[in-house]
Amino acid sequence: MDFRFTQQDEAFRQEVRDFTQKEAPPDWDQQEGLLDFDGPDGVGVAQTFRRKLAARKWLTIGWPTEYGGTAKSVWEPLILEEEVTYFGLPVGGQPVNQWAPIIMAHGSEEQKKYFLPGIAEARWVWAEGYSEPDGGSDLGNVKTKAIRDGDEYIVNGSKIWNGAHAGADYFMLLARSLPDAIKHRGLTYFIVDMKTPGITVTEVPMMWGRSRALVTFDNARIPLTSRVGEEGQGFYVAMSSLNVQRASIYRYSMVKRIQDLLVAYGKETYHGSQRVIDKPGIRHQLAELIIANEAYRLMMYKVYWLQSQDLETSRESSVCKVLGPDVNQRTFRLGMQMMGPYCTLEPGSKWAPLYGRLEMGYLDSYARTIGSGTSEINRNVLAQRALRLPRG
Amino acid sequence: MDFGLTESQQMLKASVQSFAKNKVDKKFVREMERHPEGYTDDLWRSLADLGWLRLPFPETYSGDGQDFVTLCALLEEMGRTLVPGPYLTSVVLCGQAIAEFGSEDQKRRFLPAIGNGKEVVVLAHIEPNVQEGPDGIQLTVMPQDSGYVLNGVKLFVPYANSAKTLLVSARQPVGAAGASGVCYFLVSLKTRGVAITRLHTISKEPQYEIDFTDVVVPASAALGQLGKGQEIERRIAQWGAVAACALMSGAAQSMLDLTVDYVKARVAFGRPIGSFQAIQHHCANMTVDVESCKAVTYNAAWYVSERLPADMHVATAKGWVSDALRRVYSLAHQCHGAMGLATEYDLQLYSRRCKAWEMLFGDHNYQQHRVGQLLGF
Repeated sequence: MDFRFTQQDEAFRQEVRDFTQKEAPPDWDQQEGLLDFDGPDGVGVAQTFRRKLAARKWLTIGWPTEYGGTAKSVWEPLILEEEVTYFGLPVGGQPVNQWAPIIMAHGSEEQKKYFLPGIAEARWVWAEGYSEPDGGSDLGNVKTKAIRDGDEYIVNGSKIWNGAHAGADYFMLLARSLPDAIKHRGLTYFIVDMKTPGITVTEVPMMWGRSRALVTFDNARIPLTSRVGEEGQGFYVAMSSLNVQRASIYRYSMVKRIQDLLVAYGKETYHGSQRVIDKPGIRHQLAELIIANEAYRLMMYKVYWLQSQDLETSRESSVCKVLGPDVNQRTFRLGMQMMGPYCTLEPGSKWAPLYGRLEMGYLDSYARTIGSGTSEINRNVLAQRALRLPRG
Repeated sequence: MDFGLTESQQMLKASVQSFAKNKVDKKFVREMERHPEGYTDDLWRSLADLGWLRLPFPETYSGDGQDFVTLCALLEEMGRTLVPGPYLTSVVLCGQAIAEFGSEDQKRRFLPAIGNGKEVVVLAHIEPNVQEGPDGIQLTVMPQDSGYVLNGVKLFVPYANSAKTLLVSARQPVGAAGASGVCYFLVSLKTRGVAITRLHTISKEPQYEIDFTDVVVPASAALGQLGKGQEIERRIAQWGAVAACALMSGAAQSMLDLTVDYVKARVAFGRPIGSFQAIQHHCANMTVDVESCKAVTYNAAWYVSERLPADMHVATAKGWVSDALRRVYSLAHQCHGAMGLATEYDLQLYSRRCKAWEMLFGDHNYQQHRVGQLLGF
């Protein structure tokens, strides 16, 4: 056992930290935590920063070496993500960590040759087409159709809660192409060019002041070459990437950043003659959440380590998926509580603490136990797969 | 960064599990709850033969020279299987304290004897003020003739009736030579003025109140430098807190295993109750706690083992585990219904002990306070 990083890894960490502080946009502390990198307001900043990472060959540092991955140790990708996301800036995200592995595992040679270099340069904006208005958790029940017609597929249906409104160039679509097959066995995976006629993107305003997108397909015709893997294999193609996504250390880093800010805020801020940190209950709740986030960090590191050893990770991954969002939500709730009435101020007011970041983050935190797998589903998975409890 | 146990650590864990299966079944654990000493000479001899009593001591003193992480791997399995006896107090706390701070004479006198089972040394530290840290030490030591005299009360001394020797923490009162320093003494239980009274606690482990009335000890009884015992207190608290985490982590796994087995078998409304979502979610929540407890425990054990700054890691571990265990045994009992409350059922063997382990060397509330202190708030 060893719970420290090597000197080389620590030197890399410092290198990343220095780079991030140098390359962050000007006046970053006023914008940090207030941009939606998957939305129109933040995608420009995100892509600009990603291109700087790409120039250092850091954007795809965790890729297999045959696809250009440059990690000198198995921990460099984690360290990079941990440091960059602590300052609220993005790393590769879904295109690098989810779509690229899908293309590597299931894509045709042409798809690999075309998409992978572009993803490595942050050339395009991507959106995820899984959830539908009538179903998100129940992915096997996807209703959007992609019916074969000659050397094309005709797509009809809707996808929701994605980031297509940020100007997505490509859309990862899970659709039903075998209507007679049961549930998930009828699904097929496609990479859709968003310039295809018949696609409409509408904004769906959300309670944290930003939007998600509703993407509607009306007899949109996509070429055969947009299919990834075989017909009927779409569900498995989609699932194969979800294990990669689960060891995302940014969830720890972003909470640590908020907690560090709250400690400083609590020590420096007085409501009347009382320091915020000295209010009854605040000290202990904050300490408890700091402890919980460290427990979460160790579990995430364990998942990474297990992956690096080619060992089974599903139990530990599921543990992380349940633990992380809970720590996130409770941290924002406590932060709001610490600020008293000031917590309700939206960004823009001179009275808004931390530029209003807590208010937006708090509203957004409701999504943490819902998106990428609801906490209920994740607990079901943990119980049924890891503990082998019988299905109802 | 490496979460793997070595092959020999894994074999050690396996050997505890198989020993427990054969010699420490739950019938034996229940018998020991009624036994005046809480364990048998036979059991202790077996642990000595297996080498576990000498595990952490230097080879120079007939020990196995294993590190603290390995010790915690053993403790995790002891928590998992509820092996009775004064292992924690004698081997982990007093034994290691003697190994680290003892004189050559003390090490030669005690370490091989603890290691081969002939000697049991128990820690007399907690006092009626139940305050954590050196401030809780109020039992007084004054110089007398060529030795010292001790006066005061100690509580929750485990297995005092089986021990020959106590390791007692004491404080020189303000004004004595060397100011108000912390001291430790190895005191024979036969010394005049030492009176023990049995305490009956929730864990059924033998615990004692010990009254010290003008207890005279020779100068040679001092462990380490007189008045400089703060470092001993700090190390014992580190070992104790993390060892408690290891015991609790093992116990948590057992409680989860018992629960999963129970809910798969128990039928209600025509189906196993483990197929109901609420029960599945309780089990999932328990699993989150069980897994994270292990992670924070081994992290802290490693830092303590490597003698690196460990305060934050130890507070994080004990703070998390003490709190998490309350969730684990509450949910375990909830899933078991009334059956889990009956003493013929094994669950309560674990939950009662965990309540005691939670309190050792600072509960979650104290650890949260420590984290705040360490971070400057």
